[in-house]
Amino acid sequence: MEFDTSIIWQATPYLWEGLKFTLSLTAAAFAIGMALGIVLALVQHLELPVFSQAAKVYVALMRSIPLIMVLFWFFFLVPIIVGHLTGSSRPVPIGANATAYITFGLFEAAYYSEIIRTGLRAVPAGQNEASRALSLNVFQTYRLVILPQVIRAASPIILSQTIILFQDTSLVYVLSLTDLLGAASKMAQINGRLVEMYLAAAAAYFVISLIASQLVEKLKRQTSR
Amino acid sequence: MFDLLFERGPDGLLYIEWLLSGLGWTLALAFFGWWFAFAIGIVVGVGRTRRGSLIRPIARAYVELFRNVPLLVQLFLWYFVLPEVIPTAAGTWLKQIAPPWGAFVPALACLSFYTAARVAEQVRAGIEALPQGQSEAAAALGLRPGLTYRLVLVPQALRMIVPSLTSEVMGIYKNTSVALTIGVIELTAAARQISEATFQTFAAFAWATVIYLALALVAYRLMSVIDRRLQIPGLSSARGPVRRRQRTWNGLNLGALRRVGGAS
Repeated sequence: MEFDTSIIWQATPYLWEGLKFTLSLTAAAFAIGMALGIVLALVQHLELPVFSQAAKVYVALMRSIPLIMVLFWFFFLVPIIVGHLTGSSRPVPIGANATAYITFGLFEAAYYSEIIRTGLRAVPAGQNEASRALSLNVFQTYRLVILPQVIRAASPIILSQTIILFQDTSLVYVLSLTDLLGAASKMAQINGRLVEMYLAAAAAYFVISLIASQLVEKLKRQTSR
Repeated sequence: MFDLLFERGPDGLLYIEWLLSGLGWTLALAFFGWWFAFAIGIVVGVGRTRRGSLIRPIARAYVELFRNVPLLVQLFLWYFVLPEVIPTAAGTWLKQIAPPWGAFVPALACLSFYTAARVAEQVRAGIEALPQGQSEAAAALGLRPGLTYRLVLVPQALRMIVPSLTSEVMGIYKNTSVALTIGVIELTAAARQISEATFQTFAAFAWATVIYLALALVAYRLMSVIDRRLQIPGLSSARGPVRRRQRTWNGLNLGALRRVGGAS
């Protein structure tokens, strides 16, 4: 069978649309995941009663079951929860894309929180004591002193996790969403050129992840110096 | 929730049998995939540390390739693309493997090669964390590079990286769920089929989740037992990532050097 590059050029605009969704899903999941991840890590680090245990269970749960299972769970649960919150008697569908954003954000939060929690443990106690001596309250201490240091020190690991997140977004395929892989797969069904479409998608993922991971390596060398 | 397990599905089997059949496929993929990944991972990881040979860039390329393409995309390459790009006869043979093996074999290959790249990085880190003196002493004893790796470096490196391999073991059983996209009815797929047949989505997903949690617990326990058994005596206090052990190694090394210096 002939490998036909013109097929790939024809499909490029559609694949580009898919890639845009993949990137926006990655960005949104990063933002939600980091925000919630910091909260989950702090709650455990400060050993707040009840919340700390709940955070632990949440993180352990998310890390023990496959992401596809989590996607299925959220697609089943989110409409029910939204229905509950809005006082509707039946589940309220909020759209597959919105649910994907929520799911990835909540799922990644578990992984980011573990990274940040490890970072928090590495901060010397003197930082806390010095902040108290400057009469900063707990909130100010973490926002102004501790977290900026933790996030800077952990940034290579956080970014590596984000590259994994970027690759994991391809799993929205199971929900028939049109991300980069979804676009390639739908094009393949239309034009019957599976080989070209899947290789093009693989190449796009490969180039983006490789460049990103090389940049992270460079950053790692800089921060460790 | 318990009622669901003992209801009969349209095929006359109990739903608990559907779940157990799914679990069987999940375990088969994870178990065999792990051993293939372990074997390939050691070879590639060793290749990553061979200085001045052609194997090194090849091993590096392998790791970069398999780490930078999403697992699901790799699975589609194995399942849809590979049979088209190899010689026609072989491709036809691959496509004609009877179900369910026709999907199982590509899924197994995919998981093995993907996990191998990750294991390779751990093996490399383990070997690099060993003190230089280990390979120098082996060379002084007249061991060829191949024997140095087989008898000295790899056994020690493997014993040190058991904790980091735990997360790869936990990764592979979770990653088996992508096989549902090409039609392997593993645990997640079984749960979804039950939910579609009964509309008891909550119970079906909850059972699958409970089973995954149990698997995670078993994998974790098993790996900590292995870690305890295989710990290198004298390094027993150093539980945790390789980096922490590396410091212990360096510490031991420095201590030994100082003693030698004092004697002379």
